[in-house]
Formats: sequence, structure tokens, C-alpha cells
Amino acid sequence: MKFQKIVLGLVASAMFGLSTFAAQAADPIIIGEINHYKRMAAFANPYKDGIELGLAEVNAAGGVLGRPLEFIYRDDQGKPGEAIKIAEELMTSDGAVMLTGTIFSNVGLAISSFAAEKKYLYLASEPLADALVWAKGNNYTFRLRASTYMQAAMLAEEAAKTDAKTYATIAPNYAYGKDAVAAFKKALTALRPDVTFVTEQWPALFKIDAGAEVQAIERMKPDAIFNVTFGGDLAKFVREGSTRGLFDGRKVFSLLTGEPEYLDPLKDEAPVGWTVTGYPSYDMKDAANKAFVDAYMAAYGKYPGIGPLVGYMTVQSIAAAITKAGSTETEALVAAFKGLDVDTPLGKITYRSQDHQSTAGAFLGTVALKDGKGVMVDWSYKNGADYLPSDAEVKLLRPASN
Amino acid sequence: MALLIAQLLTGLANAAALFLVASGLSLIFGVTRIVNFAHGSFYMLGAFIGYSLMQVLPGHFWFWASVLLAGIAVGLIGVIVEICVLRPVYKAPELFQLVATFGVILVIQDLALLVWGAEDVLGPRAPGLKGIIRIMGEPVPKYDLALIAITPFVLFGLWYLLTKTRIGILVRAATQDREMVGALGVNQAWLFTGVFFLGAALAGLGGAIQLPKGGADLMMDFNILAAIFVVVVIGGMGSLPGAYVAAVLISVLNVFGVSYLPQSTLVLMFVVMAVVLMIKPYGLFGREEVAGEHGQVGEPERPIKPADARGRMIVGCLIAALALLPMFDSTFLTILITDILIFCLFAASLHFLLGLGGLVSFGHAAFFGSGAYVAALLVSHAGTPMELAFLLAPLGAGMAAVIIGWMCIRLTGVYFAMLTMAFAQLLWSLVFQWGEFTGGDDGMVDIWPAEWLSTTNAYYYFTLVVGVGAIILLRHVAHSPFGYALRASRDSERQAEATGINTKHVRWAAFAFAGAMAGVAGGLFVFSKGSVFPTELEIAKSFDGLIVVFLGGVKTLSGGVVGGASLELIKDFLTRFEFWRLSLGVLIIVVVILAPEGIVGTVRKLAEHAGWMRSKNAREVTGDE
Repeated sequence: MKFQKIVLGLVASAMFGLSTFAAQAADPIIIGEINHYKRMAAFANPYKDGIELGLAEVNAAGGVLGRPLEFIYRDDQGKPGEAIKIAEELMTSDGAVMLTGTIFSNVGLAISSFAAEKKYLYLASEPLADALVWAKGNNYTFRLRASTYMQAAMLAEEAAKTDAKTYATIAPNYAYGKDAVAAFKKALTALRPDVTFVTEQWPALFKIDAGAEVQAIERMKPDAIFNVTFGGDLAKFVREGSTRGLFDGRKVFSLLTGEPEYLDPLKDEAPVGWTVTGYPSYDMKDAANKAFVDAYMAAYGKYPGIGPLVGYMTVQSIAAAITKAGSTETEALVAAFKGLDVDTPLGKITYRSQDHQSTAGAFLGTVALKDGKGVMVDWSYKNGADYLPSDAEVKLLRPASN
Repeated sequence: MALLIAQLLTGLANAAALFLVASGLSLIFGVTRIVNFAHGSFYMLGAFIGYSLMQVLPGHFWFWASVLLAGIAVGLIGVIVEICVLRPVYKAPELFQLVATFGVILVIQDLALLVWGAEDVLGPRAPGLKGIIRIMGEPVPKYDLALIAITPFVLFGLWYLLTKTRIGILVRAATQDREMVGALGVNQAWLFTGVFFLGAALAGLGGAIQLPKGGADLMMDFNILAAIFVVVVIGGMGSLPGAYVAAVLISVLNVFGVSYLPQSTLVLMFVVMAVVLMIKPYGLFGREEVAGEHGQVGEPERPIKPADARGRMIVGCLIAALALLPMFDSTFLTILITDILIFCLFAASLHFLLGLGGLVSFGHAAFFGSGAYVAALLVSHAGTPMELAFLLAPLGAGMAAVIIGWMCIRLTGVYFAMLTMAFAQLLWSLVFQWGEFTGGDDGMVDIWPAEWLSTTNAYYYFTLVVGVGAIILLRHVAHSPFGYALRASRDSERQAEATGINTKHVRWAAFAFAGAMAGVAGGLFVFSKGSVFPTELEIAKSFDGLIVVFLGGVKTLSGGVVGGASLELIKDFLTRFEFWRLSLGVLIIVVVILAPEGIVGTVRKLAEHAGWMRSKNAREVTGDE
């Protein structure tokens, strides 16, 4: 391999020498994209489709700085250590100018720490952990998607409007679940000090014992339930819960459940009446959102989930940052990302300079059945900027900014 | 009261699928002595095939027919796996076959993704059993009651098959002494195939029958694996009633755990397993493992000897080449080799335990992770300088190994393996759950090396010196009196005891030493990555180690290192492609079949055939066993 690389290097440098200056200008700008393409195939691959769609548009319009934009996709097997190795290879051997990707928060945090140490730029597109921008936030990491905290706060705001007084929570027993419950509790008790939490359930991720969980929640007779389970756990919880009548007469507030990735597999058993955050892409009316959905449907024949939207916005963000920086140097790009405005399907979003979190929001609505499948109705878009803590609080949450 | 009964029923219903899958695993192990890692994959296939059948076959009758057909289909897949993959490697050293089954897992994962796509599917509800029945006012799903009713029938059917039929007699005979059964003229090959069919079919049945309570997804193979091993071990390997009792015990305890101790979900079954094994070392219904084979399978192990001049020269040149590397090539290659060296040290430490000590640990990652976490915790909580934290990493890992070793060492064979896994899992859940101290699964980040080691090249040299040094130390210890005592305890415990070796202490010391060496690897790891996560303590990490030790060759001194280096290199290359799991799985299976003695063992044999190595003499000198 080393030999190959030397040969390749020689050939490349020879060609470089021969090529004219104009040819050099058309060299692609390379972005290193690391994801769990096999472990999380159902999410990572549609996300990649979104990236491809974004790239096609950017490059059809002449690329950025007159050069085409190109992504290299690598599979990290879902392991943080592996991701770091790949990140180094992307930056040093493949000529990537920055890193992006990952869904798992722990992999995102590993890359983020590595990026700060090596002074590489990392745009955390999908991982939701609050620590990415706050407790462990650093100068070289930015995050696109609306975080756990923001989405939980949106649901808490809705919950506060109801007359429910006792709550049960159920969340997968790992960081994302714990963060979500903590954020929901904090936001809800701030709005409604009279609310109490009567039980907290922590099933192991993807190993839920749904029957037992339902019995345990029913035992406490809460007025409302805050749910964080997703994927297979969610399906089992919904089925056992509706079979045993857990949701009858109770309000349920559920994180991410309205995203087509999670709602579609439930088919006609989608939990009607739940208040959820998600992405009703099948129902978009305004121009910016609709343009993206139509383009995606034309390319892939189905409406997009949240993954493609994040992938698409990742490309838009990167293109905007490079254009603003006028260069592909890391420091210039970092400076460009701070306070960067990007026009996306969700409208204009801003990468906040105080904590590097984008103001991309989420959709909040109610689950209903339509033509034998779950959809979000009565939904509205919640601007992320309205659900972030105050600047003073952020300063406390984010040691890196002091 | 009503609630208690309802909870009990939930537990019993959950036990159904678990029992079906576990009983298949138990049967396969009992007769063939194969630790079938691919059993979870059979379960997943059962779920997907059952789902597909139910989509096209409607109605009451066809629902249950689909469940059965799914079982049969998976049984046939099991037969294919047995004939194509396992049959060629029955003669390989004990437990070697688990590497082949690991390859099968990878292949099935990619094929399932190809056939059924990435999205989870929700299982159809059972026709006629959709609703609930109120028992003393508590709702109980009808399907739960059906499951509770079915399981005893399956158990009875299996019991009848095994005790009252000729096939059953043969199977039981093979479980006790398969060589004797062969000597009496029974066609072992077909007996094994038959048992594999039955075992796989049970797993498939388990997968299909749980569909109305959940569905099918691509992660269910790994998700059930630990649970079914726990059930089989608690019940006693090879015991079907044991598997049933254990499945019920685990499921019922879990239901109550969820209600009264919701945080316990990660760890409960491992605690139960550890407790059971400490009290009854062979599980509830298991018997002491009789050595099914007379002596070791395959060729007797060769005595080890220090490398000759030529060997030393080759290794010396290799190390020199590695030392010169940073001057020639990109940063990435040095990073890759740093990773490989760390993994090789981890594999070598496991190999020391497994190859020289005969102690098959399924939980070695616990010590790798301990080393990494000790260093990380010291740096981030106590502000310890990197150098000191690095020195304390093996100490911490060694301490963990001393404690865990003390509790595990009195067991042998598969029970020892499972107890190490249980403790590794306990440690994992401690790290995972104790978020305030260990960072939980968000891990510990920003653990970077000291200034003088902060460049890639400096750290590369540091890893090279420490890693190669530790590997050489492991090798050196193998040749020391301690190493001889360890091997004596492995080969003949009684004779070793008779010569005055305290075999327990020797094993215990070996366990601690191997743990400390894994801790060195963990220390190197954490500073090279700058972060550590509970994934480094996972079962999967322990299995990675096992795979490479077997792949490299258990019965050779350099097996761990060679296996580790080859697999890491191949993985780094293959993961660049779309279907890397399929290709890696096929590659592993091919290597296993072509090189049943591991890479090193087989290369050595080829070299002897070609006349490059002389060793026929060496074998004569030692005499035959």
C-alpha cells in the first residue's frame, strides 16, 4: 500500500507539473464524510442521497470558488476509534478540507475532540448530543441539526399548555435518552412548577421489554408520558401500549417520532394523537421546502425523511462557508462558519457564533392516520433560535467560550 | 396482586422466544461443541423470512404455517452453513469454529440488508389474537397467552425427541462421547447436520414467533446474542429443561426489574448469571464438562522455542522498517500502524491467556477498557500528567484482572468464558451508567498525550517502543519458568499439581498479567485517539480479539500478533467498499477452511513442506504424546 501510494504520488505530482494553472483551478474541493453506513443503513444512506442531491445542485451552478465540490464517503463501523483513524486519513492523504458526518453522538464527540486537537474543521451534521456544542464544545466544531435540548424544549412548551400534572418518562438507557429526559424536565418544570414526574423508565437501547415497560408505567397512572424511544423499541412500545390501553386518555409527547424514518415503519399502527417532533415532508407548501421535496422526489421517487434534509443542508452550509471564506484554509473556514447565514429549505439558518449551534428548527405536530399510514397534522415549524438558552446561560454551559 | 400476576405472565410470554432460540444454541453446543456465534443471525433470518411469508399468506392457518415454514427455511440455511462452512473445520482446535461462525454473521448481515432493505419492519399481528383478556382486571394480550401455552409443548416435543426416539438416543450419546458414537458406526457427519438443522430451525422459529410482539430489524442478531448465551449458561450447556427454566427466570426477573429498578435493564441478566455461576459452576442443570475428546483435537501442540537466528533477523528487519517508516510516508500510514500495533498488543495479551494458559476469555476487552479508562479518568479528574497516567493504566487493568480473575479462575472451559464475559459486561454497564464520573456513553474526550508526544510521529515511535516491547515481554514470559508452569497447568492439571505447581495461582497470575498487558494497550489507545468510549469494553471488542487470536493460530507463539495485524489491515482496506461485511465474512470463512491451524500454523506447515523450515526433527525430539 505504501508503495502504491508512492507511485500514485509520483504520478500525481508528475501530472500536476504538466498541468496548466487552469486545470489546477478545476480540482475538486474534497469534503470528508464519515458515517455508519452499515450499522445505521436505514438512516445513513438516505442522508447520503440528500448530500448527492445538494452536490448536484451546487456543481450544476458552477461549484464553489469555481471548483466542483466532492464528498468522500467512509464507513466507520459505528466505532469512535475507527472514525478518528479515517478522519486522519481523509485530512492527510485524501486532501479533504474539512470533516462532516456521523449519527451516533459518541462518534461525533470523538471526531470533535480530535478536530480540536489537530485543528481540523468538523461540521457535526446529525449527532444530537448537547455536549457537542456546550460542555465539550470547541472552536473547530459546528453543529447543524436541532439538538436534543431544543427539540425537548419544544415538546415541553406544548406539554405546559395541557392540564396534565403527573408525567412518566421512557427513554433508552444511554446519553441521548438521559439528555432528552433531563432537558424535558428542566424546560417543563420551568414553565409549570406544579408538574411532578412519577416514574422514569430506562429500557436498554434496542432491547426494550415493552410489555414490562407498559405495565410499569401503567402502575403509576400518570396523566401524560414523555417518550424518547425510537426505531424498533418505539414499534414495540407502541404496539404493547396500544394493545394494553396505556395511551387511552393520556397525552404522549414524543421526540423525533414524527420523522418519516420512525413513523413510516409503524404503518397503520402509528400512535394517533401523540404530540411529536418530526418532518412532515409530504405536506410542504412554502416554496423553499417544497422545492427541496420536489427535487428529492424527482430524483429518488419518494418523499424525503429528515436524513436527506440534513444531508442537503450540510452541503448548502459547507458551500456557503467556503464561498464566504473565499478559501479552503481551516482557520478561514472556521471564521466563516461563525455567524454564517445559510438559505435552506427550512428558511434562513444561522450558525451562532456563541456556541456554534445552527438555528435550524424542527416541526411539531400531532400524529394522525391517513391512507393507512401515520402522518403529522396541525404541524408548525419551530425556529430553533427560540428554543436555545440565553447567551449568559450558554456561556456557563460552554467552558470553551470563556 | 393482580398486577403481580400480570407481570408474571408478561415474563412468561417473553421467555418463549428466548427459550426457543437458546434451546437451539444449547443443542448445537451439546452435540457439536461449536460455540455458534451465528445463532443470533438465524434468529434474525427467522424473523425476516416469517415476515415475508406472512405478507403473502393471509389468515389464521397460514399465520402459524408461516411461523413453521420460517423455522424450516432457517433450518435448511443452517444445514447449508454446517455443510459448507463447519464440516471442513471440525478437526481444527477446540473453539476454532467460532471464527467461522463469526464469518457467517458478517455474510448474513449483508445478505439480509440486500434482500430486505435497511428499514425496520413491524411484524404483523396474529390473526384472531389481537386483543386482550382481562385477568383480575389487568389487561393481558391474547398473544402472550398463546406464547405461554406453546412453549411447554415445544419443550415437551424436544424432550420426547431426545429421550424417546432413536435419533434422540444418538444425539444424547454424541453429547456425552462423540468419538465413541463414531466408533460404534454412527455416521457422525449426518448426526451433526441433523442437530444443526434442528438448532437453526428452533432459532428461526423463535424469530418468527416473536413477530407479533415486535418485528424484524438488522440489529436483532447481535441484540439477542448475549441474552441467549446467558440463558444457555445459567441453565447448563446442553440442558433443555435448564434453558427453559433459565429463560423464564431471566424474563420474569427482567419484568420486575423494569418496574422496581428501572436503571437495571443493562446489567440484570449478567448479575444473575454471575451469581448462578458462583454458586453452581456448571449452571442450574449442567453437569461438569466431561472432556468429550480424548486429548486435544487435531495435531498435538508443538513445544515452543525461542526464535532462531533467522526468525530474529526477520523480526529485526521488520521493526527497523517500521522505525524508518515516518521518514518515507504519509501521516496516515503511521496512524494506521499505530492502531495496528495497539490492537496487536491487545491480541497478544489475549493469546498469552488463551494459547499458553488454555483460558478462553470472552471478556478480555474489560482490561483493555480498564487501562484506557484508568488513564482517562486520572487525566480528566485528577489532572494527572500523561506519563504517570500511562504508567498507572496497566496497574489499574491488572488490579481489575486480579479481582475478576479470582472469581472466574475456579471455572473451566465455556463456563469460565461466560463468567469472564459476565464480569466484562458488569464493568461495561458500570462505565456506561455512571455518567457523572465516566461520561457514560458520551465517553471521555480531550485526553491527549503530553507535549513531547503530541506529534503523530512522536506518538508513533512511543507506540512502537512500548507496543513492541510489551509484545516481546509477553513472548519472553512464555519462555520463563512461569510460562512453563502455565503450559503445564493447561496440558495436565493433575500432573502439574503433582510436581508442586499451584495451578490455580499460576492461572490467576497469568490472568492478571495478561490483563495488565491489555491495559498497556488500552493506555496507548486512549492517548492516540484522545478519547475513550464504552465501546472499548464491549463484548464485540472481546470477540474481535478472540477472532484474531484464532485466525492467527492459537497453537503458535506469534498467532495473536499476526492475526491482529492481518485482520486490521484487511479491514482497513475492505471497509472502503460497499459490501465490505460480505467480503470480509467470505474471506474469514475461506481462511478458516484453508488454514484450520490459523495463519501462522498453516504457513509454518507449508514452509516445512517446501523445505524452508526444518521441524520434523523438532517433533521427533519431543517424542509423540
